[in-house]
Amino acid sequence: MDKTRESRFMKYLRRERLPHIYCAGCGNGIVINTFLNAMERAEIDFENLALVSGIGCSSRIPGYMKCDSLHTTHGRAIPFATGLKLANPDLDVVVFTGDGDAAAIGGNHLIHGARRNIDLTVICINNSIYGMTGGQISPTSPEGSYGSTAPYGAIERPFSLSKLAKAAGATYVARWTTAHPLQLSKAMEKGLKNRGFSFIEAMSQCPTYFGRKNRMKSPIDMLHWMKDSSISKRKAEKLDESEIQGKIIVGEFQNRREPEFSDKLCKLIGEKCVTGRPSSVRSAYEED
Amino acid sequence: MITVNENLCKGCNICTEFCPRKVYEQSEKLNKKGVRLPVPKNEDKCKKCGICALMCPDQAIKVDEKNES
Repeated sequence: MDKTRESRFMKYLRRERLPHIYCAGCGNGIVINTFLNAMERAEIDFENLALVSGIGCSSRIPGYMKCDSLHTTHGRAIPFATGLKLANPDLDVVVFTGDGDAAAIGGNHLIHGARRNIDLTVICINNSIYGMTGGQISPTSPEGSYGSTAPYGAIERPFSLSKLAKAAGATYVARWTTAHPLQLSKAMEKGLKNRGFSFIEAMSQCPTYFGRKNRMKSPIDMLHWMKDSSISKRKAEKLDESEIQGKIIVGEFQNRREPEFSDKLCKLIGEKCVTGRPSSVRSAYEED
Repeated sequence: MITVNENLCKGCNICTEFCPRKVYEQSEKLNKKGVRLPVPKNEDKCKKCGICALMCPDQAIKVDEKNES
């Protein structure tokens, strides 16, 4: 196909790997687009970007991007990204993670990353179910939703990941759905510009498992459901708890500035180490 | 001008549903992959907002910028 007639995001993708393995109408593709759009708007250098991910459908995203990417063990994307950021504080490190990766197996890493306020942008694609392994109930599945491990409906209370990240000390927290691509893109742009731990929760559709088991067979049904049941944070604050039951609260949960971890660490090393502040890892390549 | 990449489109039809001006229609015929492609039938209505290109999960849609022809 003629290269001038391809999507504007194609120049950032590994062409030989496409089409990707996602099901028709999967929200992960929309998150790829919104992230690339946000990256262009935030004027991030694509050559200076490193993407880190764990395990899951959403964690396959860095494999499709034509930049430095690291596919790590299940749930451990944030520790790997922390190491990457501290070894080279000039890098822009972005973590792509799913709800199983960030909330279930990697829950502790998420809260401690937020507590340290290290300069990472964590994009959590929350599809409320374990999509890759066959539709089991995840820690973010809404109460009463069906899955292959909950044939009578989930009886557990779900996690609100944005509130968790805010309480743990993240300095930018926002939640939007894939039915709001422009707002989601704007939130990612703010998260990339924020110097500190940014957590963006992208509520996404899984038509194959969540949709099929909850009477929303097509991605269009799921997107309409997310659009209709989302309610802005400002509006939700005025309503009482029974009225916002089952709704997705969207908006910006936290936006403030606080001292960043890698800055503090570099300053400490500069003061206490006899050889002074260590230079960036890139100096290793200077002779080439 | 709107182009839909036949090799990438999986036929989810998010573009036909979420285009604010209903530019796309689902084609009647299946292509060789068994996908009913979206066809930009009402292209004269298009305002080039780019929502379809942003919402296409398979990066299959190209919409020309406002200054291009």
